[in-house]
Amino acid sequence: MSTHAYELLSNRAVATAAVVYFLALLSHLVEWSALIGRRRADVEERELVGAGAPAVEARGLETPDEDRSERVAMFGRLGYLLTCIAALAHLTAVVSRGLAAGRVPWGNMYEFTVTGTCIVAVAYVALYRRLKLSWMAPAVVAFVMVFLMVGVLALYAPVEPLTEALNSYWLVIHVFAASLATGAFTLGGIASIIYLIKRRYPDADSGWMSRVPSLASLDRTAYRIHAFGFVLWTFAVLITGPIWAHQAWGSYWNWDPKEVWAFITWVVYAGYLHARATAGWKGRNAAILAIVGLATLWFNFIGINYFSTTSAHSYASVPSHAPAIVDGPAAGGTVTA
Amino acid sequence: MTGSPREATPREMTARELARWSWRQLTSMRTALILLLLLAIAAVPGSLIPQENLDSVKVSNWQDAHTTLTPIYRRLGLFDVYGAPWFAAIYVLLMVSLIGCIIPRLFVYWRGLRAQPPAAPRNLLRMPAATSYETAESVEEVVARANAVLGRKRYRLRRESAAGEVAAEKGYLREAGNLLFHCAVIIVLVGFAVGSLFGYKGGVIVLVGDQYGFSNELTQYDDFAPGSLFKPDQLNWFDLHIHDFHVDWLTSGPRQGMAKGFKSEVQYEDGPSSPSKSYDLAVNHPLDIGGTEVFLIGHGYAPVVTIRDGKGDIVASGPRVFLPENQSFLSFGVIKPAAGNISAQGLFYPAEVTLGGVPQNITGDIGDKSAAMLSLQVWKGDNGMQDSEQSVYTLDTSRMTKVNDTGGRAFNLRVGQTAKLPDGLGTITFDDVVRWNKLQISQTPFKHVALGGVSLALLGLMGSLFIRPRRVWVRARETAGGTLVEVAVLDRSGNDEVDAVVSGLVAQLQGREVEEMS
Ligand code: HEM
Repeated sequence: MSTHAYELLSNRAVATAAVVYFLALLSHLVEWSALIGRRRADVEERELVGAGAPAVEARGLETPDEDRSERVAMFGRLGYLLTCIAALAHLTAVVSRGLAAGRVPWGNMYEFTVTGTCIVAVAYVALYRRLKLSWMAPAVVAFVMVFLMVGVLALYAPVEPLTEALNSYWLVIHVFAASLATGAFTLGGIASIIYLIKRRYPDADSGWMSRVPSLASLDRTAYRIHAFGFVLWTFAVLITGPIWAHQAWGSYWNWDPKEVWAFITWVVYAGYLHARATAGWKGRNAAILAIVGLATLWFNFIGINYFSTTSAHSYASVPSHAPAIVDGPAAGGTVTA
Repeated sequence: MTGSPREATPREMTARELARWSWRQLTSMRTALILLLLLAIAAVPGSLIPQENLDSVKVSNWQDAHTTLTPIYRRLGLFDVYGAPWFAAIYVLLMVSLIGCIIPRLFVYWRGLRAQPPAAPRNLLRMPAATSYETAESVEEVVARANAVLGRKRYRLRRESAAGEVAAEKGYLREAGNLLFHCAVIIVLVGFAVGSLFGYKGGVIVLVGDQYGFSNELTQYDDFAPGSLFKPDQLNWFDLHIHDFHVDWLTSGPRQGMAKGFKSEVQYEDGPSSPSKSYDLAVNHPLDIGGTEVFLIGHGYAPVVTIRDGKGDIVASGPRVFLPENQSFLSFGVIKPAAGNISAQGLFYPAEVTLGGVPQNITGDIGDKSAAMLSLQVWKGDNGMQDSEQSVYTLDTSRMTKVNDTGGRAFNLRVGQTAKLPDGLGTITFDDVVRWNKLQISQTPFKHVALGGVSLALLGLMGSLFIRPRRVWVRARETAGGTLVEVAVLDRSGNDEVDAVVSGLVAQLQGREVEEMS
């Protein structure tokens, strides 16, 4: 296949993924709305059966709720299935984009968005059973869909080769780890947001909240995902980042705005991990810190480009901006005698 | 560590007590947390306000535009946040807190490491995660199987347990990982600090060609940023020149005409009598000469121009570095001879075509130089070269008057062409074009310390976050109907799915093999 054909395939796959995510979301919304008014016990019972735990004896046969419960289960499964399909299309899009460009598909904001959301989706699909994430479904699918759409509508850029500074295997490792961490932090952040909502309605008896696990279990799930993300982030930002920066620009750490915000994110998440072990900060405050961390992460990804133009990380520049220093020419601009 | 038992007010304390109290506050978990958050907040302004170390031109532009804020910001050190005393105060406090926090934990850990796993508590079923079951097996069988199962899972078993009891513990490395991580943070910071105190970073533009070059001496640098403990004798002896330079141009796609990659053939000698060596210098491929690193970070064109005065005497001759304005290397530069009274500034087009009467640059690729064009505005008068401290890249025309060609336009020259200035002022000749490279040269002592520290930190972090420390107790007792077995698990990190661990353990004790839970 030619470069162009791969690019086209990638674009089609992105569009397909977006549509299927939308269908998955609809399915989860139907699942949700059917939950409204349902008693918690019924739902939990079904949950257990669904999760493969020892089957619990069904109480009484043919309750009036029986087919509603059936419907909830069906739309839940359908939603997950559709999400799997969408994630597959999404992955296809990422891979064929890479094939089109003849390099790893994270050379600009569009590609980073598509790859980042893909990682969130794949991580969710993969962890769905192990961490029993069904309660997260609507939030994750909505998130992935919205960001994918933003990427397509606002950030789209045709395939371009990488500029020299970006053409390094350290970039591959660095950006891959950073994307993976971003995906993990996003999932973890969603868990923390749901934790905070759950705190307000701790004994919700019906509706979506009744399906969400206990507070303690939510907090643990969030912690596990964040811990995974934090290790990756440390690796991406404090090891591979400096090594790459050193090779490309001759200095390990410049306090360039992108680096500053990556550091801020790191420190905030270190704060989150501490907060979970600090009296008076456990629970609510820790969850808030996790969300602050996520905000700094996404601000760094999107916002900083609009506030500062000194960043040398040009791969992240908005399409209309002229990329800076990396190409060399603009570097002369800093020379004064 | 908050609810300190002594709630006395500082007034009632002796100095010693006050010191202890302050130390305990400083090294508390809560203080560490608050200092971390403060550090995050303190780092923010440096990303929004232009920073001296990053882009001094931008700083001065910003300062010109904000005359009221500038003195205040300057006072607060906001143009150099990461070197400001208040920023240093936060991380120094954090370091002190960190050291104060880990030293006692190191001792505790050392003692804990050699201690036996604690004996089973009196009432196992009161533990948060516990269960019991009846079995027909004898107490001895249960204990033997428990020992085997736990041993296989690499638990450390308590040696002198009471009869019918098993006490086991695992996951000691979690705390070790955590301590390693926190120690490594200190190593990184020390490495980083020492590196920036003793290191330096300098920049120089070197013309491409065997007749040009660079010797590693202070005076040869265009810009030089030493750490505060840098000594000039740290500069090691070397000489280099750029023999040739290749650019890989993009010939299609939306970025057509831009440089994709570039590479320099560098030749250098690392001692006065050493033989010359060559190296292919490229982005992501720096050259290391005895601990001093040379990076290729930019390139551009330098038109070679000769200016003659009215009498035909040469007042200026040679390459002038022009700085690229955009990615297709349309470049701007200034020619201001120290002698004579003619100066010029203007644009250099590597490959020009005229569209609708307006010159356009189509690519940065100069090819055979036939499309290269120099478009100069010429000025007459005092160019201020006698004043010190002025940029070689700008022309102060306040004491000059403009020299127009016949149509009032700029003087457009191709390679080899000469422009005759009006009123017998002289001539300007565009002889040729050479290329230049911008090199960054730096020393970063102790960089391996910092990098090694970060790697240790990562290792420790993984131990700290992924290892699950837990204690397990099994107690078997004979009852009327057989043997009653109690199993309890204590999760020491608070992040475990302990109930799943308990049920998995029970299943194994009963001989049912189940899928392992973490
Ligand atoms: C440079 C500053 C610091 C950073 C980046 C940092 C980072 C971290 C991280 C990432 C963890 C998570 C490990 C885990 O959850 O098991 C952690 C845990 C911990 N830190 Fe720090 N820390 C810093 C300073 C301090 C200080 C000053 C103290 C002393 C009060 C401290 C005490 C602890 C303790 C006791 C834990 C274990 C918490 C637990 O059991 O989960 N840290 N630290």
